[in-house]
Amino acid sequence: MIPACRLVDLPRGEAHRLDVHPPVSVFHTDDGELFAIDDTCTHQDASLADGWLEGREVECPLHASKFDLKTGAVDAPPAKLPVRTHEVLVEDGMIYVRLSTDAPNLPPCIAARLAGGPA
Amino acid sequence: MRTVAVVGASLAGLSAARSLRKQGYDGRLVLIGDELHRPYDRPPLSKEFLSGTLGEAELALETDGEDLAAEWLLGVRAAGLDHTGRAVRLADGREVHADGFVIATGAAARTLPGSEGLAGVHTLRTLDDARALRDELGRGGRLVVIGGGFIGAEIASTAYALGLDVTVVEAAPTPLAGPLGETMGAIVSGLHTDHGVRLLCGVGVKGLSGDERSEMGVPPDGVWGRVDAVLLEDGRSIPADIVVVGVGARPNVEWLEGSGVALDNGVKCGADGRTSLAGVVAVGDCANWYEPRLGLHRRVEHWTGARERPDAAVATLLAGGAVEPGVPRPPYFWSDQYGVKIQFAGHAAAADSVTVEDGTADGRDVLAVYRRAGNPVAVLGMNQPRSFMRWRKQLAAATS
Repeated sequence: MIPACRLVDLPRGEAHRLDVHPPVSVFHTDDGELFAIDDTCTHQDASLADGWLEGREVECPLHASKFDLKTGAVDAPPAKLPVRTHEVLVEDGMIYVRLSTDAPNLPPCIAARLAGGPA
Repeated sequence: MRTVAVVGASLAGLSAARSLRKQGYDGRLVLIGDELHRPYDRPPLSKEFLSGTLGEAELALETDGEDLAAEWLLGVRAAGLDHTGRAVRLADGREVHADGFVIATGAAARTLPGSEGLAGVHTLRTLDDARALRDELGRGGRLVVIGGGFIGAEIASTAYALGLDVTVVEAAPTPLAGPLGETMGAIVSGLHTDHGVRLLCGVGVKGLSGDERSEMGVPPDGVWGRVDAVLLEDGRSIPADIVVVGVGARPNVEWLEGSGVALDNGVKCGADGRTSLAGVVAVGDCANWYEPRLGLHRRVEHWTGARERPDAAVATLLAGGAVEPGVPRPPYFWSDQYGVKIQFAGHAAAADSVTVEDGTADGRDVLAVYRRAGNPVAVLGMNQPRSFMRWRKQLAAATS
């Protein structure tokens, strides 16, 4: 389990990005729910923490694909693959994330960079 | 409604087909496209696809296993709309009868008169265009881009990264002044000179010269020879191995002339995509929608518009025009140039002031807000995705 941030430091409607590889973001919805998903859009190198949070969905800040925070599913192109979801726990006012062991769906440019190929 | 014909099979047409199914339409659905390809994503054509980072399979807009239960007529152009007979006439003589029509025929790249048949001269609009240009850029050399708009700038940026010698020629004093205004247009187009790409502004193009060009007309094989220079109106000649003409696009609506659909810079539409004819809506680059925020019609050639507006147009089509149109989100587009993410939302033309709220012009990381009478009407971000999104949301809330 990784500590993310204190609950009081993450207001509703905001997101907090964890500096792990690949990065993960915790979202605090307007209804007070907490979700953690991979931060990188599966289409291109964009941070979903910078996206448009509405209800249980976050819209990629670049090309407007929307991801379901609970399931990771994507609603529309250009992204086609879901993001991974991670378990979120709150203990003593601290938000923790338990990282998924599934393989992430990283965009081709990032996947190539991680594999040492041309970016 | 038993049959809906969607004319145009790119993002707007596909989005309309998806909206139809999502909104419960279960009748016959026919998609007509003049290209042979299944729907593909165009923004990467000037960027990752052109540079070779992204392959053709990754351009596909349809997801694996997606089934819209549609009939696809690809590789055939629509030649006319017979509203009385409720049919689309195709160029090969076939007719598609339907009771609902979605016009999504897009736009075509403007060309330079006199450049036909000269090898090495390109426009970029389709996948086939991009394949041809990618192959040529791969051989290197001197590239001259005519037009400093977004497509031209993105191609210049990609070619620069591939190691070509690049010159951009722009007829206006400042590139991008239309979409971004003079001040921000100058800042964004400064990216070219930052990287050693030559930017020649305020000078028109007189013509192209080619090595074997003759005055005898087009030779039997249709190819005159190869371009070797771009001739400017001030007398200069810019040597070129490859020329890209990026001077905008015109809506593909010639096929609708005489159909009764009102045309005015594309298909003239209400704020929900309705046209002058019942049972006919129009979306995407060919559609000149009424923009309630501006009080006038505005043809928006943005990816986001082609993606989002079909929802409203399809609702109108299915309801027989009985729905009250909501105010759409402010138009939004993005561009990637020289590693900088450029994002813009709103209408720059409506503004009477522009202020840089964050970042600097020289740092090429501005967050600029456009205002009219003190109220924000547009926002520009260069590598400022987080603040840009905050402003974009504010803009939508303020004006809806």
